Amino acid sequence: MTISRPTRIVLRVLTVLILAVVYVPLLLVLVNSFNLNKTFAWPPKEFTLEWWRRAAESQGALDALWVSVRVGLAATVVALVLGTMIAFALQRFDFYGRDTVSLLVILPIALPGIVTGIALNNAFRTLFGWQLGFVTIVIAHATFCIVTVFNNVIARLRRTGVQLEQASADLGASGFTTFRLVTFPLIRSALLAGTLLTFALSFDEIIVTTFTAGASVQTLPIWIFNNLFRPNQAPIVNVVAAALIVFSVIPVWLAQRLSGDAESLGAGR
Amino acid sequence: MSTLHRHPKARLGLLLGPPMLWLGVAYLGALAALFVTALWTQNGFTGLIERQWTLDSFRTLFTVDVYRTIALRTIGVAALVTVIDALVAFPIALYMAKVARPGLRRFLLVAVLMPLWASYLVKAYAWRGMFSEGGLVSSAFEAVGLKSPGYGLTATVVTLAYLWLPYMILPIYAGLERLPDSLLEASADLGGRSLQTLRRIILPTVVPFVVAGSIFTFSLTLGDYIAVRIVGGTNQLLGNVVYDNVGSANNLPFAAAVATVPVVVMLGYLAVVRRTGAMESL
Repeated sequence: MTISRPTRIVLRVLTVLILAVVYVPLLLVLVNSFNLNKTFAWPPKEFTLEWWRRAAESQGALDALWVSVRVGLAATVVALVLGTMIAFALQRFDFYGRDTVSLLVILPIALPGIVTGIALNNAFRTLFGWQLGFVTIVIAHATFCIVTVFNNVIARLRRTGVQLEQASADLGASGFTTFRLVTFPLIRSALLAGTLLTFALSFDEIIVTTFTAGASVQTLPIWIFNNLFRPNQAPIVNVVAAALIVFSVIPVWLAQRLSGDAESLGAGR
Repeated sequence: MSTLHRHPKARLGLLLGPPMLWLGVAYLGALAALFVTALWTQNGFTGLIERQWTLDSFRTLFTVDVYRTIALRTIGVAALVTVIDALVAFPIALYMAKVARPGLRRFLLVAVLMPLWASYLVKAYAWRGMFSEGGLVSSAFEAVGLKSPGYGLTATVVTLAYLWLPYMILPIYAGLERLPDSLLEASADLGGRSLQTLRRIILPTVVPFVVAGSIFTFSLTLGDYIAVRIVGGTNQLLGNVVYDNVGSANNLPFAAAVATVPVVVMLGYLAVVRRTGAMESL
Protein backbone atom coordinates (compact mmCIF):
# COMPACT_ATOMS: atom_id res chain seq x y z
CA MET A 1 0.00 0.00 0.00
CA THR A 2 1.56 3.22 -1.11
CA ILE A 3 -1.41 5.50 -0.53
CA SER A 4 -1.27 6.71 3.05
CA ARG A 5 -3.88 5.61 5.54
CA PRO A 6 -5.55 9.01 6.01
CA THR A 7 -5.85 9.42 2.24
CA ARG A 8 -7.39 5.98 1.93
CA ILE A 9 -9.94 6.79 4.62
CA VAL A 10 -10.83 10.07 2.93
CA LEU A 11 -11.26 8.23 -0.39
CA ARG A 12 -13.42 5.57 1.21
CA VAL A 13 -15.69 8.15 2.85
CA LEU A 14 -16.02 10.07 -0.43
CA THR A 15 -16.83 6.88 -2.32
CA VAL A 16 -19.59 5.97 0.11
CA LEU A 17 -20.97 9.52 -0.08
CA ILE A 18 -20.95 9.55 -3.89
CA LEU A 19 -22.65 6.18 -4.10
CA ALA A 20 -25.24 7.44 -1.63
CA VAL A 21 -25.96 10.45 -3.84
CA VAL A 22 -26.20 8.09 -6.83
CA TYR A 23 -28.68 5.75 -5.19
CA VAL A 24 -30.76 7.95 -2.89
CA PRO A 25 -32.84 9.59 -5.67
CA LEU A 26 -33.61 6.18 -7.17
CA LEU A 27 -34.55 4.70 -3.80
CA LEU A 28 -36.73 7.72 -3.18
CA VAL A 29 -38.74 6.90 -6.30
CA LEU A 30 -39.16 3.32 -5.05
CA VAL A 31 -40.29 4.47 -1.60
CA ASN A 32 -42.65 7.07 -3.04
CA SER A 33 -44.37 4.47 -5.18
CA PHE A 34 -45.86 3.24 -1.87
CA ASN A 35 -46.41 6.73 -0.46
CA LEU A 36 -50.10 7.41 0.21
CA ASN A 37 -49.52 11.17 -0.09
CA LYS A 38 -50.02 12.18 -3.73
CA THR A 39 -47.56 15.06 -3.57
CA PHE A 40 -44.78 12.86 -2.18
CA ALA A 41 -44.07 15.14 0.78
CA TRP A 42 -41.02 13.99 2.69
CA PRO A 43 -40.95 12.05 4.96
CA PRO A 44 -43.73 9.69 3.85
CA LYS A 45 -46.24 8.97 6.61
CA GLU A 46 -48.55 6.29 5.28
CA PHE A 47 -47.96 3.56 2.77
CA THR A 48 -50.23 1.91 0.24
CA LEU A 49 -50.23 -0.54 -2.67
CA GLU A 50 -53.03 1.35 -4.35
CA TRP A 51 -50.78 3.12 -6.91
CA TRP A 52 -49.26 -0.17 -8.08
CA ARG A 53 -52.74 -1.59 -8.54
CA ARG A 54 -53.88 1.47 -10.49
CA ALA A 55 -50.75 1.49 -12.63
CA ALA A 56 -51.36 -2.15 -13.54
CA GLU A 57 -54.77 -1.07 -14.83
CA SER A 58 -53.57 2.07 -16.64
CA GLN A 59 -54.38 1.32 -20.28
CA GLY A 60 -52.18 4.17 -21.54
CA ALA A 61 -49.12 2.89 -19.72
CA LEU A 62 -49.75 -0.72 -20.75
CA ASP A 63 -50.20 0.20 -24.42
CA ALA A 64 -47.03 2.27 -24.33
CA LEU A 65 -45.16 -0.59 -22.66
CA TRP A 66 -46.25 -2.96 -25.42
CA VAL A 67 -45.11 -0.50 -28.11
CA SER A 68 -41.75 -0.13 -26.37
CA VAL A 69 -41.27 -3.88 -26.19
CA ARG A 70 -42.06 -4.36 -29.88
CA VAL A 71 -39.85 -1.43 -30.93
CA GLY A 72 -37.04 -2.76 -28.76
CA LEU A 73 -37.27 -6.26 -30.24
CA ALA A 74 -37.43 -5.07 -33.85
CA ALA A 75 -34.61 -2.55 -33.45
CA THR A 76 -32.50 -5.18 -31.68
CA VAL A 77 -32.90 -7.67 -34.53
CA VAL A 78 -31.81 -5.10 -37.11
CA ALA A 79 -28.93 -3.86 -34.95
CA LEU A 80 -27.78 -7.45 -34.29
CA VAL A 81 -27.50 -8.22 -37.99
CA LEU A 82 -25.90 -4.94 -39.06
CA GLY A 83 -23.64 -4.58 -36.00
CA THR A 84 -22.30 -8.12 -36.33
CA MET A 85 -21.62 -7.62 -40.04
CA ILE A 86 -19.61 -4.45 -39.41
CA ALA A 87 -17.72 -6.08 -36.54
CA PHE A 88 -16.66 -8.98 -38.78
CA ALA A 89 -15.75 -6.65 -41.65
CA LEU A 90 -13.58 -4.45 -39.44
CA GLN A 91 -11.96 -7.21 -37.44
CA ARG A 92 -11.29 -9.79 -40.18
CA PHE A 93 -10.45 -7.54 -43.12
CA ASP A 94 -7.90 -4.83 -43.65
CA PHE A 95 -9.15 -2.20 -46.02
CA TYR A 96 -8.89 1.47 -46.79
CA GLY A 97 -11.39 3.53 -44.83
CA ARG A 98 -11.65 1.28 -41.75
CA ASP A 99 -11.36 4.25 -39.42
CA THR A 100 -14.12 6.04 -41.29
CA VAL A 101 -16.41 3.05 -40.92
CA SER A 102 -15.82 2.77 -37.18
CA LEU A 103 -16.41 6.50 -36.82
CA LEU A 104 -19.65 6.14 -38.76
CA VAL A 105 -20.88 3.44 -36.37
CA ILE A 106 -20.28 5.66 -33.34
CA LEU A 107 -21.62 8.83 -34.95
CA PRO A 108 -25.36 8.31 -34.21
CA ILE A 109 -24.61 8.00 -30.51
CA ALA A 110 -21.78 10.56 -30.41
CA LEU A 111 -23.82 13.36 -31.94
CA PRO A 112 -26.37 14.96 -29.62
CA GLY A 113 -29.59 12.93 -29.78
CA ILE A 114 -31.52 15.96 -30.87
CA VAL A 115 -29.39 16.26 -34.02
CA THR A 116 -29.98 12.62 -34.97
CA GLY A 117 -33.63 13.09 -34.07
CA ILE A 118 -34.40 16.06 -36.28
CA ALA A 119 -32.18 14.77 -39.10
CA LEU A 120 -34.22 11.56 -39.25
CA ASN A 121 -37.49 13.41 -38.73
CA ASN A 122 -36.68 15.65 -41.68
CA ALA A 123 -35.54 12.74 -43.86
CA PHE A 124 -38.58 10.57 -43.12
CA ARG A 125 -41.11 13.32 -43.71
CA THR A 126 -39.69 15.48 -46.47
CA LEU A 127 -37.25 13.20 -48.34
CA PHE A 128 -39.23 9.96 -48.23
CA GLY A 129 -42.69 11.40 -47.59
CA TRP A 130 -43.43 8.80 -44.90
CA GLN A 131 -45.92 9.01 -42.05
CA LEU A 132 -44.13 8.91 -38.70
CA GLY A 133 -45.04 5.84 -36.66
CA PHE A 134 -43.89 2.44 -35.52
CA VAL A 135 -41.60 1.74 -38.47
CA THR A 136 -39.80 5.09 -38.28
CA ILE A 137 -39.12 4.58 -34.55
CA VAL A 138 -37.62 1.16 -35.27
CA ILE A 139 -35.38 2.55 -38.03
CA ALA A 140 -34.21 5.39 -35.79
CA HIS A 141 -33.53 3.10 -32.84
CA ALA A 142 -31.70 0.54 -34.93
CA THR A 143 -29.44 3.32 -36.22
CA PHE A 144 -28.07 4.25 -32.82
CA CYS A 145 -28.23 0.70 -31.44
CA ILE A 146 -25.81 -0.77 -34.02
CA VAL A 147 -22.86 0.49 -32.00
CA THR A 148 -23.78 -1.56 -28.90
CA VAL A 149 -23.82 -4.85 -30.79
CA PHE A 150 -20.74 -3.82 -32.73
CA ASN A 151 -18.75 -3.05 -29.54
CA ASN A 152 -19.64 -6.36 -27.92
CA VAL A 153 -18.95 -8.51 -30.98
CA ILE A 154 -15.72 -6.81 -32.04
CA ALA A 155 -14.34 -7.04 -28.50
CA ARG A 156 -15.01 -10.79 -28.57
CA LEU A 157 -13.52 -11.24 -32.05
CA ARG A 158 -10.37 -9.42 -30.97
CA ARG A 159 -9.99 -11.78 -28.03
CA THR A 160 -10.66 -15.04 -29.86
CA GLY A 161 -8.46 -14.53 -32.92
CA VAL A 162 -8.74 -16.57 -36.11
CA GLN A 163 -6.74 -19.72 -35.34
CA LEU A 164 -9.77 -21.86 -34.53
CA GLU A 165 -11.51 -20.88 -37.74
CA GLN A 166 -8.37 -21.54 -39.74
CA ALA A 167 -8.05 -24.94 -38.11
CA SER A 168 -11.65 -25.68 -39.02
CA ALA A 169 -11.04 -24.66 -42.64
CA ASP A 170 -7.83 -26.73 -42.77
CA LEU A 171 -9.81 -29.74 -41.62
CA GLY A 172 -12.08 -29.27 -44.62
CA ALA A 173 -15.11 -27.52 -43.17
CA SER A 174 -17.00 -25.20 -45.47
CA GLY A 175 -17.37 -21.56 -44.57
CA PHE A 176 -20.91 -22.13 -43.38
CA THR A 177 -20.01 -25.15 -41.25
CA THR A 178 -17.15 -23.22 -39.69
CA PHE A 179 -19.48 -20.37 -38.85
CA ARG A 180 -22.09 -22.72 -37.42
CA LEU A 181 -19.76 -24.91 -35.37
CA VAL A 182 -16.84 -22.61 -34.51
CA THR A 183 -17.46 -18.89 -34.96
CA PHE A 184 -21.02 -18.68 -33.75
CA PRO A 185 -20.44 -20.56 -30.47
CA LEU A 186 -17.46 -18.28 -29.84
CA ILE A 187 -19.45 -15.08 -30.20
CA ARG A 188 -22.78 -16.37 -28.86
CA SER A 189 -22.50 -14.90 -25.38
CA ALA A 190 -21.24 -11.59 -26.80
CA LEU A 191 -24.31 -11.52 -29.06
CA LEU A 192 -26.56 -12.21 -26.09
CA ALA A 193 -24.96 -9.44 -24.04
CA GLY A 194 -25.27 -7.13 -27.05
CA THR A 195 -28.93 -8.08 -27.43
CA LEU A 196 -29.74 -7.25 -23.82
CA LEU A 197 -27.93 -3.95 -23.84
CA THR A 198 -29.37 -2.97 -27.20
CA PHE A 199 -32.87 -3.72 -26.04
CA ALA A 200 -32.27 -1.71 -22.86
CA LEU A 201 -30.90 1.21 -24.88
CA SER A 202 -33.90 1.22 -27.22
CA PHE A 203 -36.37 0.73 -24.38
CA ASP A 204 -35.09 3.85 -22.57
CA GLU A 205 -34.57 6.22 -25.45
CA ILE A 206 -36.67 9.35 -25.54
CA ILE A 207 -34.98 12.16 -27.48
CA VAL A 208 -34.67 10.53 -30.90
CA THR A 209 -38.01 8.81 -30.28
CA THR A 210 -39.78 12.12 -29.71
CA PHE A 211 -38.86 13.21 -33.22
CA THR A 212 -39.56 9.93 -35.00
CA ALA A 213 -42.71 8.68 -33.27
CA GLY A 214 -45.33 11.04 -34.64
CA ALA A 215 -48.55 11.73 -32.80
CA SER A 216 -50.19 8.30 -33.02
CA VAL A 217 -47.62 6.05 -31.33
CA GLN A 218 -46.34 6.32 -27.77
CA THR A 219 -43.39 4.45 -26.32
CA LEU A 220 -43.20 4.09 -22.54
CA PRO A 221 -40.66 6.94 -22.03
CA ILE A 222 -42.86 9.23 -24.13
CA TRP A 223 -45.90 8.20 -22.12
CA ILE A 224 -44.02 9.01 -18.89
CA PHE A 225 -42.89 12.37 -20.23
CA ASN A 226 -46.39 13.29 -21.43
CA ASN A 227 -47.88 12.43 -18.03
CA LEU A 228 -45.06 13.83 -15.92
CA PHE A 229 -46.59 17.25 -15.52
CA ARG A 230 -50.14 16.07 -14.77
CA PRO A 231 -50.60 16.16 -10.99
CA ASN A 232 -53.37 13.54 -10.88
CA GLN A 233 -51.22 11.07 -12.85
CA ALA A 234 -48.19 11.61 -10.56
CA PRO A 235 -48.55 8.44 -8.44
CA ILE A 236 -48.95 6.23 -11.52
CA VAL A 237 -45.99 7.82 -13.29
CA ASN A 238 -44.02 7.23 -10.13
CA VAL A 239 -44.95 3.54 -10.05
CA VAL A 240 -43.92 3.14 -13.70
CA ALA A 241 -40.61 4.85 -12.90
CA ALA A 242 -40.09 2.58 -9.89
CA ALA A 243 -40.84 -0.51 -11.99
CA LEU A 244 -38.33 0.65 -14.64
CA ILE A 245 -35.63 1.11 -11.99
CA VAL A 246 -36.18 -2.43 -10.75
CA PHE A 247 -36.16 -3.87 -14.26
CA SER A 248 -33.06 -1.96 -15.36
CA VAL A 249 -31.08 -4.08 -12.91
CA ILE A 250 -31.83 -7.25 -14.85
CA PRO A 251 -30.08 -6.53 -18.19
CA VAL A 252 -27.01 -5.18 -16.44
CA TRP A 253 -26.75 -8.15 -14.17
CA LEU A 254 -27.29 -10.64 -17.00
CA ALA A 255 -24.98 -8.88 -19.45
CA GLN A 256 -22.29 -8.65 -16.82
CA ARG A 257 -22.49 -12.38 -16.22
CA LEU A 258 -22.52 -13.13 -19.93
CA SER A 259 -19.67 -10.93 -21.09
CA GLY A 260 -17.63 -11.46 -17.94
CA ASP A 261 -16.12 -8.00 -17.94
CA ALA A 262 -18.03 -5.10 -16.54
CA GLU A 263 -16.27 -2.50 -18.68
CA SER A 264 -17.97 -3.65 -21.85
CA LEU A 265 -21.26 -2.53 -20.33
CA GLY A 266 -20.22 1.06 -20.51
CA ALA A 267 -18.97 0.79 -24.06
CA GLY A 268 -22.32 1.14 -25.75
CA ARG A 269 -23.36 4.36 -24.15
CA MET B 1 -19.72 -20.40 -50.28
CA SER B 2 -16.48 -21.78 -51.70
CA THR B 3 -16.36 -19.17 -54.42
CA LEU B 4 -16.92 -16.53 -51.80
CA HIS B 5 -14.10 -18.01 -49.80
CA ARG B 6 -11.70 -17.36 -52.65
CA HIS B 7 -12.85 -13.79 -53.06
CA PRO B 8 -12.24 -11.90 -49.87
CA LYS B 9 -13.24 -8.66 -51.55
CA ALA B 10 -16.67 -10.03 -52.42
CA ARG B 11 -17.13 -11.24 -48.87
CA LEU B 12 -16.10 -7.87 -47.50
CA GLY B 13 -18.55 -6.21 -49.87
CA LEU B 14 -21.37 -8.47 -48.72
CA LEU B 15 -20.52 -7.80 -45.07
CA LEU B 16 -20.15 -4.06 -45.39
CA GLY B 17 -22.73 -3.32 -48.05
CA PRO B 18 -25.99 -3.41 -46.05
CA PRO B 19 -24.70 -1.61 -42.94
CA MET B 20 -23.02 1.03 -45.07
CA LEU B 21 -26.23 1.58 -47.02
CA TRP B 22 -27.98 2.09 -43.71
CA LEU B 23 -25.41 4.27 -41.96
CA GLY B 24 -23.38 5.76 -44.78
CA VAL B 25 -26.19 6.53 -47.18
CA ALA B 26 -29.41 6.81 -45.14
CA TYR B 27 -28.05 8.27 -41.91
CA LEU B 28 -25.32 10.49 -43.34
CA GLY B 29 -27.74 11.54 -46.06
CA ALA B 30 -30.29 12.57 -43.44
CA LEU B 31 -27.63 14.59 -41.60
CA ALA B 32 -26.49 16.28 -44.81
CA ALA B 33 -30.08 17.09 -45.77
CA LEU B 34 -30.62 18.63 -42.33
CA PHE B 35 -27.70 20.99 -42.64
CA VAL B 36 -28.69 21.95 -46.15
CA THR B 37 -32.12 22.83 -44.77
CA ALA B 38 -30.42 25.27 -42.39
CA LEU B 39 -29.40 27.25 -45.47
CA TRP B 40 -32.95 27.42 -46.80
CA THR B 41 -35.69 29.67 -45.63
CA GLN B 42 -39.26 29.37 -44.55
CA ASN B 43 -42.12 31.35 -45.93
CA GLY B 44 -43.47 33.13 -42.86
CA PHE B 45 -46.91 33.21 -44.41
CA THR B 46 -47.51 29.67 -45.68
CA GLY B 47 -45.05 27.93 -43.34
CA LEU B 48 -43.58 26.06 -46.31
CA ILE B 49 -39.86 25.68 -46.79
CA GLU B 50 -38.49 27.63 -49.74
CA ARG B 51 -35.39 26.22 -51.38
CA GLN B 52 -33.54 29.48 -51.63
CA TRP B 53 -29.99 29.75 -50.36
CA THR B 54 -29.76 32.16 -47.49
CA LEU B 55 -27.93 32.66 -44.21
CA ASP B 56 -31.01 34.19 -42.56
CA SER B 57 -31.38 31.45 -39.95
CA PHE B 58 -27.78 31.86 -38.85
CA ARG B 59 -28.15 35.64 -38.85
CA THR B 60 -31.14 35.36 -36.48
CA LEU B 61 -29.20 32.96 -34.31
CA PHE B 62 -26.25 35.32 -33.90
CA THR B 63 -28.02 38.67 -33.75
CA VAL B 64 -31.07 38.02 -31.59
CA ASP B 65 -30.03 38.44 -27.96
CA VAL B 66 -32.21 35.63 -26.61
CA TYR B 67 -30.52 33.00 -28.75
CA ARG B 68 -27.04 34.27 -27.97
CA THR B 69 -27.84 34.16 -24.26
CA ILE B 70 -29.24 30.65 -24.54
CA ALA B 71 -26.22 29.45 -26.53
CA LEU B 72 -23.78 30.85 -23.98
CA ARG B 73 -25.87 29.51 -21.10
CA THR B 74 -25.87 26.05 -22.66
CA ILE B 75 -22.10 26.06 -23.10
CA GLY B 76 -21.71 27.36 -19.53
CA VAL B 77 -23.94 24.60 -18.14
CA ALA B 78 -22.03 21.99 -20.17
CA ALA B 79 -18.71 23.28 -18.81
CA LEU B 80 -19.99 23.36 -15.21
CA VAL B 81 -21.44 19.85 -15.48
CA THR B 82 -18.11 18.61 -16.84
CA VAL B 83 -16.12 20.19 -14.00
CA ILE B 84 -18.47 18.81 -11.33
CA ASP B 85 -18.34 15.34 -12.86
CA ALA B 86 -14.54 15.41 -13.01
CA LEU B 87 -14.31 16.47 -9.35
CA VAL B 88 -16.80 13.84 -8.19
CA ALA B 89 -15.52 11.04 -10.41
CA PHE B 90 -11.86 11.36 -9.44
CA PRO B 91 -12.01 10.20 -5.79
CA ILE B 92 -14.32 7.27 -6.47
CA ALA B 93 -12.27 6.17 -9.50
CA LEU B 94 -9.06 6.44 -7.47
CA TYR B 95 -10.58 4.43 -4.65
CA MET B 96 -11.79 1.76 -7.07
CA ALA B 97 -8.51 1.49 -8.96
CA LYS B 98 -5.90 1.83 -6.22
CA VAL B 99 -7.44 1.14 -2.81
CA ALA B 100 -10.30 -1.34 -3.15
CA ARG B 101 -9.47 -5.05 -3.19
CA PRO B 102 -10.46 -6.99 -6.36
CA GLY B 103 -13.78 -8.28 -4.99
CA LEU B 104 -14.88 -4.86 -3.77
CA ARG B 105 -13.61 -3.31 -7.00
CA ARG B 106 -15.85 -5.57 -9.06
CA PHE B 107 -18.80 -4.73 -6.87
CA LEU B 108 -18.13 -0.98 -7.13
CA LEU B 109 -17.77 -1.20 -10.88
CA VAL B 110 -21.20 -2.77 -11.17
CA ALA B 111 -22.60 -0.29 -8.63
CA VAL B 112 -21.34 2.57 -10.76
CA LEU B 113 -22.54 1.01 -14.01
CA MET B 114 -25.99 -0.01 -12.86
CA PRO B 115 -27.43 3.54 -12.84
CA LEU B 116 -25.99 4.04 -16.32
CA TRP B 117 -28.53 1.54 -17.57
CA ALA B 118 -31.43 2.83 -15.54
CA SER B 119 -33.74 4.88 -17.71
CA TYR B 120 -32.53 8.40 -18.43
CA LEU B 121 -36.04 9.72 -17.98
CA VAL B 122 -36.49 7.96 -14.68
CA LYS B 123 -33.26 9.43 -13.36
CA ALA B 124 -34.29 12.96 -14.35
CA TYR B 125 -37.69 12.23 -12.84
CA ALA B 126 -36.02 11.06 -9.63
CA TRP B 127 -34.34 14.44 -9.30
CA ARG B 128 -37.64 16.18 -9.93
CA GLY B 129 -38.79 14.40 -6.79
CA MET B 130 -35.65 15.42 -4.92
CA PHE B 131 -36.04 19.11 -5.77
CA SER B 132 -39.83 19.24 -5.45
CA GLU B 133 -41.53 21.37 -2.82
CA GLY B 134 -41.40 19.38 0.40
CA GLY B 135 -38.99 16.93 -1.26
CA LEU B 136 -35.76 15.61 0.21
CA VAL B 137 -33.58 18.53 -0.94
CA SER B 138 -35.91 21.18 0.41
CA SER B 139 -36.38 19.40 3.75
CA ALA B 140 -32.61 19.02 4.03
CA PHE B 141 -32.08 22.71 3.24
CA GLU B 142 -34.79 23.79 5.64
CA ALA B 143 -33.31 21.65 8.39
CA VAL B 144 -30.18 23.83 8.29
CA GLY B 145 -32.18 27.01 7.82
CA LEU B 146 -31.61 27.52 4.08
CA LYS B 147 -34.04 27.96 1.23
CA SER B 148 -34.09 25.14 -1.31
CA PRO B 149 -33.00 26.16 -4.82
CA GLY B 150 -36.12 24.44 -6.22
CA TYR B 151 -36.49 23.91 -9.95
CA GLY B 152 -34.08 26.00 -11.99
CA LEU B 153 -30.59 26.08 -13.45
CA THR B 154 -29.02 24.72 -10.25
CA ALA B 155 -31.32 21.70 -10.35
CA THR B 156 -30.57 21.29 -14.06
CA VAL B 157 -26.81 21.29 -13.49
CA VAL B 158 -27.12 18.81 -10.61
CA THR B 159 -29.38 16.51 -12.61
CA LEU B 160 -27.20 16.58 -15.72
CA ALA B 161 -24.04 16.01 -13.66
CA TYR B 162 -25.81 13.04 -12.07
CA LEU B 163 -26.96 11.66 -15.41
CA TRP B 164 -23.50 11.72 -17.02
CA LEU B 165 -21.37 10.85 -13.96
CA PRO B 166 -20.65 7.22 -14.98
CA TYR B 167 -19.27 8.44 -18.32
CA MET B 168 -16.61 10.32 -16.35
CA ILE B 169 -15.90 7.64 -13.74
CA LEU B 170 -15.26 4.88 -16.28
CA PRO B 171 -12.45 6.51 -18.31
CA ILE B 172 -10.72 7.88 -15.18
CA TYR B 173 -10.92 4.46 -13.58
CA ALA B 174 -9.53 2.83 -16.73
CA GLY B 175 -6.66 5.32 -16.75
CA LEU B 176 -5.80 4.84 -13.08
CA GLU B 177 -5.97 1.08 -13.40
CA ARG B 178 -3.23 1.26 -16.04
CA LEU B 179 -1.01 3.38 -13.79
CA PRO B 180 1.52 0.90 -12.35
CA ASP B 181 1.61 0.64 -8.56
CA SER B 182 5.40 0.63 -8.80
CA LEU B 183 5.31 4.29 -9.82
CA LEU B 184 3.41 5.14 -6.65
CA GLU B 185 5.84 3.04 -4.63
CA ALA B 186 8.82 4.76 -6.24
CA SER B 187 7.33 8.11 -5.37
CA ALA B 188 6.83 7.04 -1.75
CA ASP B 189 10.35 5.55 -1.56
CA LEU B 190 11.80 8.82 -2.78
CA GLY B 191 10.05 10.57 0.07
CA GLY B 192 7.00 11.87 -1.79
CA ARG B 193 4.08 12.30 0.52
CA SER B 194 0.51 11.45 -0.47
CA LEU B 195 -0.31 14.91 -1.71
CA GLN B 196 2.92 15.17 -3.67
CA THR B 197 2.33 11.79 -5.28
CA LEU B 198 -1.18 12.88 -6.10
CA ARG B 199 -0.08 16.12 -7.68
CA ARG B 200 3.00 14.93 -9.55
CA ILE B 201 2.11 11.37 -10.54
CA ILE B 202 -1.60 10.63 -10.35
CA LEU B 203 -3.02 13.89 -11.68
CA PRO B 204 -0.80 14.08 -14.80
CA THR B 205 -1.75 10.47 -15.62
CA VAL B 206 -5.42 11.17 -15.19
CA VAL B 207 -5.73 14.36 -17.24
CA PRO B 208 -6.09 12.72 -20.69
CA PHE B 209 -8.76 10.40 -19.31
CA VAL B 210 -10.66 13.27 -17.74
CA VAL B 211 -10.57 14.93 -21.15
CA ALA B 212 -11.88 11.71 -22.72
CA GLY B 213 -14.75 11.62 -20.22
CA SER B 214 -15.44 15.30 -20.76
CA ILE B 215 -16.24 14.59 -24.40
CA PHE B 216 -19.31 12.67 -23.22
CA THR B 217 -20.37 15.00 -20.41
CA PHE B 218 -19.96 18.05 -22.64
CA SER B 219 -21.60 16.64 -25.75
CA LEU B 220 -24.52 15.06 -23.91
CA THR B 221 -25.27 18.30 -22.06
CA LEU B 222 -25.16 20.36 -25.25
CA GLY B 223 -27.92 18.29 -26.82
CA ASP B 224 -30.15 17.89 -23.81
CA TYR B 225 -33.59 19.43 -23.58
CA ILE B 226 -35.53 16.91 -21.49
CA ALA B 227 -33.76 17.31 -18.13
CA VAL B 228 -34.10 21.07 -18.24
CA ARG B 229 -37.82 20.74 -18.92
CA ILE B 230 -38.21 18.35 -16.00
CA VAL B 231 -36.18 20.19 -13.34
CA GLY B 232 -35.21 23.51 -14.96
CA GLY B 233 -38.38 25.50 -14.43
CA THR B 234 -38.74 27.99 -17.26
CA ASN B 235 -35.06 28.00 -18.23
CA GLN B 236 -34.17 27.07 -21.78
CA LEU B 237 -31.14 25.43 -23.31
CA LEU B 238 -30.27 25.14 -27.00
CA GLY B 239 -32.09 21.82 -27.22
CA ASN B 240 -35.35 23.48 -26.21
CA VAL B 241 -34.99 26.04 -28.99
CA VAL B 242 -34.47 23.24 -31.51
CA TYR B 243 -37.39 21.28 -30.11
CA ASP B 244 -39.78 24.24 -30.17
CA ASN B 245 -38.82 25.09 -33.74
CA VAL B 246 -39.39 21.57 -34.99
CA GLY B 247 -42.65 21.29 -33.10
CA SER B 248 -44.88 24.23 -32.31
CA ALA B 249 -43.05 26.93 -34.31
CA ASN B 250 -42.51 24.53 -37.20
CA ASN B 251 -39.46 26.36 -38.51
CA LEU B 252 -37.16 23.55 -39.58
CA PRO B 253 -34.50 25.78 -41.22
CA PHE B 254 -34.01 27.66 -37.97
CA ALA B 255 -34.10 24.46 -35.89
CA ALA B 256 -31.41 23.02 -38.16
CA ALA B 257 -29.31 26.16 -37.81
CA VAL B 258 -29.56 25.99 -34.01
CA ALA B 259 -28.67 22.29 -34.10
CA THR B 260 -25.43 23.09 -35.90
CA VAL B 261 -24.23 24.97 -32.80
CA PRO B 262 -23.68 21.89 -30.60
CA VAL B 263 -22.18 20.04 -33.56
CA VAL B 264 -19.73 22.87 -34.34
CA VAL B 265 -18.88 23.35 -30.65
CA MET B 266 -18.26 19.58 -30.34
CA LEU B 267 -16.10 19.49 -33.48
CA GLY B 268 -14.06 22.39 -32.12
CA TYR B 269 -13.80 20.67 -28.76
CA LEU B 270 -12.69 17.43 -30.40
CA ALA B 271 -10.08 19.29 -32.44
CA VAL B 272 -8.62 20.76 -29.23
CA VAL B 273 -8.84 17.41 -27.48
CA ARG B 274 -6.98 15.64 -30.30
CA ARG B 275 -3.96 17.83 -29.61
CA THR B 276 -3.83 16.67 -25.99
CA GLY B 277 -3.64 13.05 -27.16
CA ALA B 278 -6.72 12.07 -25.18
CA MET B 279 -8.42 10.52 -28.19
CA GLU B 280 -6.25 7.44 -27.89
CA SER B 281 -7.58 6.81 -24.41
CA LEU B 282 -11.22 6.65 -25.53
